[in-house]
Amino acid sequence: MGADDHEHDADRLVVIGKEIAADGVVTLVLARPDGGRLPDWAPGAHIDVTLANGATRQYSLCGDRWDAHTYRVGVLREVAGRGGSAYVHDELAVGDVVAFGGPRNNFALVPSTRYLFVAGGIGITPIVPMVHQADLVGADWSLLYGGRSRSSMAFVDDLARHGDRVHVHPQDEQGLLPLAAWLSEAREDTVVYCCGPAPLLAAVEDATAHWPPHRLRTERFTAAELGAPVRDEPFEVELARTGTTITVPPRTSVLAAAREAGATALSSCEQGTCGTCETTVLAGVPDHRDSILADHERAAGDCMFPCVSRSCTDRLVLDL
Amino acid sequence: MTTTPMPTATTSVPTVDVDPFSHEVLADPLPMQADLREAGPVVWLPRYGVYAVARYAEVRAALVDWQRFPSSAGVGLSNFRYEEPWRPPSLLLEADPPHHDAPRAVLAPILSPRALRRLRERWFADADDLVAGLLDGAGDVVELDAVDALAEAFPLRVFPDAVGLPPEGREHLLPYGDHAFNAFGPANDLVAKGAPRVAELSEWVAAQCARDALSDDGFGAAIWAASDRGDITPAQAPLIVRSLLTAGVDTTVHGLGACLAALATHPAAWDRLRARPDLARVAFDEAVRWESPVQTFFRTADVDVPIGGTLVPEGHKILMFLGAANRDPRRWERPDVFDLTRDPSGHVGFGMGIHQCVGQHVARLEAEALLGALARRVERLEPAGEPERHHNNTLRAWESLPLRLHLRS
Repeated sequence: MGADDHEHDADRLVVIGKEIAADGVVTLVLARPDGGRLPDWAPGAHIDVTLANGATRQYSLCGDRWDAHTYRVGVLREVAGRGGSAYVHDELAVGDVVAFGGPRNNFALVPSTRYLFVAGGIGITPIVPMVHQADLVGADWSLLYGGRSRSSMAFVDDLARHGDRVHVHPQDEQGLLPLAAWLSEAREDTVVYCCGPAPLLAAVEDATAHWPPHRLRTERFTAAELGAPVRDEPFEVELARTGTTITVPPRTSVLAAAREAGATALSSCEQGTCGTCETTVLAGVPDHRDSILADHERAAGDCMFPCVSRSCTDRLVLDL
Repeated sequence: MTTTPMPTATTSVPTVDVDPFSHEVLADPLPMQADLREAGPVVWLPRYGVYAVARYAEVRAALVDWQRFPSSAGVGLSNFRYEEPWRPPSLLLEADPPHHDAPRAVLAPILSPRALRRLRERWFADADDLVAGLLDGAGDVVELDAVDALAEAFPLRVFPDAVGLPPEGREHLLPYGDHAFNAFGPANDLVAKGAPRVAELSEWVAAQCARDALSDDGFGAAIWAASDRGDITPAQAPLIVRSLLTAGVDTTVHGLGACLAALATHPAAWDRLRARPDLARVAFDEAVRWESPVQTFFRTADVDVPIGGTLVPEGHKILMFLGAANRDPRRWERPDVFDLTRDPSGHVGFGMGIHQCVGQHVARLEAEALLGALARRVERLEPAGEPERHHNNTLRAWESLPLRLHLRS
């Protein structure tokens, strides 16, 4: 059936589109190799993408969730980066395949009658679906969007249809974002969403220090501190209840391999969203690919969802 | 009143003249389900002017496709585009993205397996205690009605506490849920039966959803805490608590009833469960597949949707037979057999996709606790009389399930 047919491809995406969105920014359109439905997401969500050069990067989804068959992400060439963005810009081509995990959402849009969105540079990516959603629910909203120069700012043309709700603020024309003017009045009826470089987040935190609690929501991508690298080679899983050790080859899920070895493992969605197959990890470091665990739960490393998640270490011991 | 227009599909669609909500069908829906599956990938039910899907692939595809088959026009026969709902719509079941996002995002972690770990020990002890109360000093053989003594008693003992309800008035939970699930069907005698108490029951349920009515350590308090953080609005919080009370009791009761009925009539399965108590969750999910306590839900086509050569026109209701999908031989080998050696993963008894039962982990934990407690004490169980069905427009349920329990010596 559907879920089983593409199970071995469940963690793969193929690049079906690549476009220059601004100076130093490309957008990628990604789909299942078989064209099937992708896991559902909401504004603020990101996916983890593992590139063929072994780098894993988090990219906010900035496409249309009413299209269940493609994801869109925007990627900034980071001059001081570790090579992931350079690879995406220079090497990754339409037709190439990447591994992915998620989507996960640490930046969900909460209900409000009024929103103020503040985006800096590539931080516009999660904000694009948010303003669309704010429009859909009829909320009152404004977007303050800063960047080094107009030509470096992605999605400006798309955003123009929202008229004077959108304030495009290139630094070389207009200087720094006028945060004090925008945020001086603390409003109980407004939620502020900010995504961008660390100095912008700090400035917005300062400028909203006098606001009521929980009014500011920020997204902060920190480089993943992985204890061990994500691997694309076989690893061993010991099924503790029987003592059986199995080898999980690439493109076979831990769940499928465990079942093959006779383990009883209940599951349902098989895409890391429903939580049915949650399994206790007794040893080893899981490579989490689910949409469920929060960062601190991932870091704890004591449970995993074997329908999608894999191993960072040569060996995992599971309570199966 | 608005009448449903006739379909405008250009291709012919198989028509099946059946009333899925008649007492005759509710008594045994399996022959009708087989007819619907065989008639085609999608069929037309003239009795209610709706399309229907009964095969696994089509049911699953419709369930996950919230974009083209939204829920905000109601997940029952009534189309909220034209008809006033009998109560304020659910923020979960009867909502679509984007409105559905925040309530679901708040409730899912509250009911996740990790969050339920703190209840595990207590619920296992509660189950042992309930079973001891029934069996201690009663001799080697005990006869009881498994519906009220077990399937109802255990959820009613642990779930309202976990939500944080006060002790008074809990007897309202089952009739309220029963009516809510009847109300997804047509306005037949089952709905009329519940109508006189709707106002009273709704008022009681609404009162329990208020912050002050709830304990400070339950699921209800966690929902209100999310509103303090601004993750949902204070107006949403009581309606999300209401969802727990509507959807969290009857469903679990009938799931447990189905499981006990299956185990009583399949002695080999009971032996297997006793030998391997870790199969309790599998036994429950296999019972949910086999019996499908939630038999049906509707969606409404948001655009013209092609299914197997037929166009389901925009604005039309489509009835998804979860129970039929869970016994579709195209998906399941020997689908009519309750079998603990089977992997029931992927059944649609909890739905699938963004509206999949958010309380499924709660139900599984209740089942694991109760089945474990029984397996430790009971050597063999068997029917002790004719069981009696409880008819509901949406639920497949037992009214009475007399069992004979032979205790371990």
